[in-house]
Amino acid sequence: MAKKTTKAATTAATAEAPRRRGSKATADATLLRIAQLGQHVRKVAMHTKEGDPSVEIPSRTLSNTRFNAKKRTLEMGDATQTRNLFNVGQARKFMQMMLQAAASKDLIQQDKTLSLRGMYYRSLHTIPGTKEKTFDDQSESDAILEDLEVGLGAMREELHVFAKKRGTMVGNITITDSGDEIDCRRMGSGGYAIPSICEPDVIRFGRCDAKFVLHVEKDTVWSRFNEDKFWQKHNCILTEGSGQPPRGVRRLLQRLNQELGLPIYCLLDCDPWGHYIYSVIKQGSINLAYESQRMAIPDAKFIGIRAEDYRRCELPPEVRIELNDKDTARAKQIAAYPWFERNRAWQKEIDLLLRNGFKMEVESLITKDISYVTETYVPARLKARDWLD
Amino acid sequence: MTALAAETGTEPLTTTRKKGERRETAETMAARQREISVSEFFAKNRHLLGFDNPRKALLTTIKEAVDNCLDACEEAGILPDLLVQIEHLKDVGETRYRVTVQDNGPGIVRKQIEHIFGRLLYGSKFHRLKMSRGQQGIGISAAGMYGLMTTGKPVVIISKTAAKKPSHEVVLKMDTSKNRAEVVSETEHPEDDHWFPDGHGTRVVIELEGKYLKGRASVDEYLELTAIANPHARITFIAPPQSGDAGPARIEHPRAVEELPAETKEIQPHPHGIELGILIQMLERTESTTLSDFLQKDFCRVGPGTARSIAESAGLSARTNVKKVGHAEAEKLYKSIQGAKIMAPPTDCLSPIGAKVLLKGLEKGLKPDFIAVSSRPPAVYRGRPFLIEAGVAFGGDLPGDEPARVHRFANRVPLQYQQSACACFKAVVETDWKRYTLQQPRGSLPIGPLVVMIHMASVWVPFTSESKEAIADYDEIRKEMRLALQDCGRKLGIYLSRRERMRRQGERRHIFERYIGEIARACEAITGDPAQPLYEALLKTAQKKTAEADAMLDEEGRFIGKKDSLQNDDTVFMRESSDGGGERDDAPEPARAASDEDGEGKPRRKKQAGAAKEAPKKPGKKRGAGEDGGLFAGEQD
Repeated sequence: MAKKTTKAATTAATAEAPRRRGSKATADATLLRIAQLGQHVRKVAMHTKEGDPSVEIPSRTLSNTRFNAKKRTLEMGDATQTRNLFNVGQARKFMQMMLQAAASKDLIQQDKTLSLRGMYYRSLHTIPGTKEKTFDDQSESDAILEDLEVGLGAMREELHVFAKKRGTMVGNITITDSGDEIDCRRMGSGGYAIPSICEPDVIRFGRCDAKFVLHVEKDTVWSRFNEDKFWQKHNCILTEGSGQPPRGVRRLLQRLNQELGLPIYCLLDCDPWGHYIYSVIKQGSINLAYESQRMAIPDAKFIGIRAEDYRRCELPPEVRIELNDKDTARAKQIAAYPWFERNRAWQKEIDLLLRNGFKMEVESLITKDISYVTETYVPARLKARDWLD
Repeated sequence: MTALAAETGTEPLTTTRKKGERRETAETMAARQREISVSEFFAKNRHLLGFDNPRKALLTTIKEAVDNCLDACEEAGILPDLLVQIEHLKDVGETRYRVTVQDNGPGIVRKQIEHIFGRLLYGSKFHRLKMSRGQQGIGISAAGMYGLMTTGKPVVIISKTAAKKPSHEVVLKMDTSKNRAEVVSETEHPEDDHWFPDGHGTRVVIELEGKYLKGRASVDEYLELTAIANPHARITFIAPPQSGDAGPARIEHPRAVEELPAETKEIQPHPHGIELGILIQMLERTESTTLSDFLQKDFCRVGPGTARSIAESAGLSARTNVKKVGHAEAEKLYKSIQGAKIMAPPTDCLSPIGAKVLLKGLEKGLKPDFIAVSSRPPAVYRGRPFLIEAGVAFGGDLPGDEPARVHRFANRVPLQYQQSACACFKAVVETDWKRYTLQQPRGSLPIGPLVVMIHMASVWVPFTSESKEAIADYDEIRKEMRLALQDCGRKLGIYLSRRERMRRQGERRHIFERYIGEIARACEAITGDPAQPLYEALLKTAQKKTAEADAMLDEEGRFIGKKDSLQNDDTVFMRESSDGGGERDDAPEPARAASDEDGEGKPRRKKQAGAAKEAPKKPGKKRGAGEDGGLFAGEQD
């Protein structure tokens, strides 16, 4: 912590130029929360008898996750865990949290952002007088940043931290990203890389002719659709999330759904992992249940591929990938989630997957024809309104 | 022996002869067939007795002599005081050595000297079942024979039986073909000679081809181990000078206990331990007349009732005359004996080293941090009582990261060769040391600064060969060994996990002081208020917390009030840390905290040593808070 800024300097800096990252109000709110954390530690340490500062962190576990049937999203419960400085098991984490809070404050004041990895390096040093490093690896830092997010009640974006970019988009829409206008109709073969932060202050929607969004699981399938100009023919937006979509992609999809009223259709693999991707897009994830209201899209539809497609599309037996024990266990686990448990269609789907004893990737449709998936499969499903909800 | 005779009598097979002509006739063969003396046999097969190579020959010679000395002293009830000397006779040859072994034993009467030192298989120990080091009566005479064969020099024996009697010096040469010794010369020394300060004892001098090297399976190691298993003996070793030494090195193994091991009793064979042939032989030789008498007197644990029931179930009468028991009856009798219920053999014939003495011996010999010993109750194999003792020594000066060393003893004699053929080794390998938090590759010895010791005491130790290098692998024996090792292992496991806990505990105490600097600086960055007052407040709390933790732990890091299972166990030794305790009244120790900062997970002993050195401390003085005024004045590179 070489830089030591005083409060007065902070106010002066923010007053001068308009912020590039988020509004001044948001920044000030976040700064206030961080400052409160610092003040709290000082107060408890210096002016209480016990002298043991602590932080309350909502626990991010399945047991503290509730499914709100009315909103159809996952919500975080009220359970919290207390992290004390003077507890041998928590002291190090407490120290790391203070380091990252200070680093985040520094970022906000300078109106800059850092990646998760950048944050790890920002606060990485050897504790003076010891051989111990403040962080052993990035994963330790990542977990602390999530703690800080929930602990402060501030989003990662508000801490000016972003994740690695993942996910691509093309389609009949124009957006403004950090002041630059981007026409997603003219993105060539690569597409527009969806940034990690897709909050309204970063991305604003412009002209949109699309009628729906098709989200596919991965890049390879997305390229097929883009090359076939599926989004032109069907007047839609085409996105991809490289497997489990990162927060940026999920937030963008949610905003397209909420703000522009576009329905979201997902084309994912027929296996437990594909099902869980859909679940995360629709209900939110357990780890980030506190973000559900910003991320979850309860109306998202699962159009495929379905367990019955092996017979319905007359796929050759070579496309079958046998379920292993882990797959089977995961499928059963997913079937037991409260948001799937009462969904008959989904129970049937998972049941058939288990009875089939094999999984299929979206690419398996290529065995029929190069463009079978774009020209036949998806249009047919959409036309028949054949999907799982 | 006939098989051996045939072997020596064959001619080269390539001789050409007419078709139909026999190579040999019974008569021509008979002309060459003759008895072989035991000495001749062993002279040719000296490796069977442990004289395979010069280095081992030197060791075996000393070993046989020392074993005899200790046996003699103990039988006479004298605390052994031995002198072992090796002289390198470089002028004669690079491999020429002179070995002198002297004891303060009872001495040997003049007329027995040539028998004891000049004949193989002559001795008092073979025909009895009594726990002793020597068994067959081969050892010392074989050593003399080896010396004579390799150097041509006879053995010199000086023996004195009482202060008032003259000592005899006898020079002996062995005649292998006759298994007899020939007296080359003999001198009678006046009674006031200087050899024996105790007034009695025996001195043997043998010249031989040998090789003196230190290290594994050396004379040095043998004497060290002997001292461990025989802490009642004092052994002085005068080793030949190594390169760089000014003169001969004198190594003393002082006496650690002043008590002789309990006297061992001789027992009769147990009926379950004999074979049919032996039974027939015993029947032929017995002095008893009736079968009942024979069974009661020539065996142990047979009373009149048991004798009768054995005789009856063999279809014989208890009053049958022993001489009338033929082969068929003997066979029935043997079966009946095997089926009879007979008490296990008496076990007072065994003299274990004893847990206490074993601890002392191991502590003195190895200087480890921890020792656990276990003494099993006597058990029986093939009708012979035996007893297993085991010990594990850990840490201290023992080398880490190496496979454990296994020290094997049979009737207090160290066994140094053929480790992997020995039941002891197998027992160590098959024990699951991982359970006791040690590393152990599959099917191998555990790894770590560990010495495992196993002692088998028995009236008859089953060796795999005459050179007495490995204990035969009887299930009963291996099981007892394993149980003894597990007992030691459990205690070692408790000790090790506690040591680990103490190390962690020590680390934990300083965790707070380690992180509060970082926290204070981060808070300054966040709030803009100076870090120093916050740091001081946190340091105060940290020290208070450390004091609380310290109050719950005693000097060794154990929780006060919790009963310590190892502390009051007299089969366990733990080295006490050297710093004087009781200085714990003002718990925040600046010196301790500072010394800990230069490394994580340093061994506890070093930490405490550091704390002890800087011990005079001023209570109330806080680390880093004054002097150069810097926030983190306590930090150092």
